Amino acid sequence: MEVAYYPGCSLHATAKEFDLSTRAVCGALGLKLVEIEDWNCCGATADHAMSDDLAVGLAGRNLALAARQGMTAVLAPCAACFGRLKHAAKALAAGAGELPDDLDDQAAAAVKVYNILDALLHLVGVERLQEQVTKPISGLRPAAYYGCLLVRPPEIAEFDDPENPTSMERILGAVGAEPVEWYHKVECCGASLAVTNTPSAVRLVADILTHAQSAGANCVAVACPMCQTNLDTRQAAAGQRSGAELDLPILYITELVGLALGLDPKQLGLGRHIVDATRLVKVAFEHPEQPAAAGG
Amino acid sequence: MEFPRGDERVSADPDFLEQVAARSGEKIAACYQCAKCTAGCPMAAETDLTPNQVMRCIQLGLRDRVLGASGIWTCTSCTTCTTRCPRDIDLARVMDTLRAIALESGVKPAQPQVPLFYRIFLGLVRRGGRQNEVPLMAAYGLMTRNPFKDLLLGQRMFLKGKLNPFGPKVRNVEQVRRIFERAEARSRDARKSTRDKSERAPGTPAGDRESAEAGEAWK
Repeated sequence: MEVAYYPGCSLHATAKEFDLSTRAVCGALGLKLVEIEDWNCCGATADHAMSDDLAVGLAGRNLALAARQGMTAVLAPCAACFGRLKHAAKALAAGAGELPDDLDDQAAAAVKVYNILDALLHLVGVERLQEQVTKPISGLRPAAYYGCLLVRPPEIAEFDDPENPTSMERILGAVGAEPVEWYHKVECCGASLAVTNTPSAVRLVADILTHAQSAGANCVAVACPMCQTNLDTRQAAAGQRSGAELDLPILYITELVGLALGLDPKQLGLGRHIVDATRLVKVAFEHPEQPAAAGG
Repeated sequence: MEFPRGDERVSADPDFLEQVAARSGEKIAACYQCAKCTAGCPMAAETDLTPNQVMRCIQLGLRDRVLGASGIWTCTSCTTCTTRCPRDIDLARVMDTLRAIALESGVKPAQPQVPLFYRIFLGLVRRGGRQNEVPLMAAYGLMTRNPFKDLLLGQRMFLKGKLNPFGPKVRNVEQVRRIFERAEARSRDARKSTRDKSERAPGTPAGDRESAEAGEAWK
């Protein structure tokens, strides 16, 4: 199946490993990604904080370009891009906002927008994913972290439960990991203020990571480059602030799925994280003997 | 947080509620102060006006109190408030509207570094069509006179192949510029009507006109 691919700015820079692992995993699962020709920045948090017209125009241009390439669905791995593109599609469909005259508003509004979890669950399917697993990552106990924009606001995201989503856990379970139960799945990490109000972002990161750790997680799974960058790069400061020894690799869901599909960790970008993620490969594939039954 | 009390005279703008409601499309008068928004707000602990207080101040027409609050700039846009509001008010959208009105009406932002960052961000998108962290952080660092804030982190990220200072630009950047120009024209109209309203409303200080220029988001 062919899907338009909207990497967004961060997948070409700070989230290079999200780009690498998404392309590798989708390729291995038979999802052909066709990058949107001449795509532009979706505007992220800056534009809707300033102007509705800019928000719809910038994100909407990408949808119109995808439609022009004959695509009916677009994969936006970045959760922020996903939210902005969906918002634009809805606004254009409702006649709120318009694109430059040489772009087709209605064609743009008709493009269906997928995040990576939705694509894995509904364009690939759990059964198909499970069938292709060659190296189950059974040593991993990830905390599945969704943050804000994958599930909120529900009228825009139209994806999973906004308070207790479970799609990431379903994917992690299918590739052999054991996601932990925890209570900070959808708490905001403060990424939109990470530069302008760094101490506030560090406080939120510390809160999320200490809870993940105390729930027994040995890594955090994410599907948003803003969350990944914030939780990864501010982890040292968060550890200092909370007094906890934090050492949690923050991995994209596609890196974890890629490992289970037997793809090369280097090709998936595992060496690019600030908190070392390469040692997790060893942990992932350790298959300790099942402990004897209690009392046995 | 301080609310005026006793002899303190508070100027209220009777049109403010209507203005914010019309601009945001949200039924602000429907807020009945259950504070569920604030209970879930990640920034409630360190803000001067919590989300429910922002809503109450709008209802009371306390225009300057709201537009001058740091709360409208510390909002992370996480939309927890919007998702949970039992009155179906999109509070995150109201925050967007308040930021836009604050910039248009020339009120000095309580956290000027936030609109500054947005302005640099959008300036780069306007020029090249795409965002790039290297010039973004460099420009922000220089303009806040703290160029070394995240330099070490930047170096580490560069060594990990996570920064790409020479990322490609959009070829049809002219089309992107037209999107900006149209949005600007619409914002100018809105700013004009905001000023007209505030000039009509008695007892409303004109605000800090000098920062009005800084408030033009995408220049």
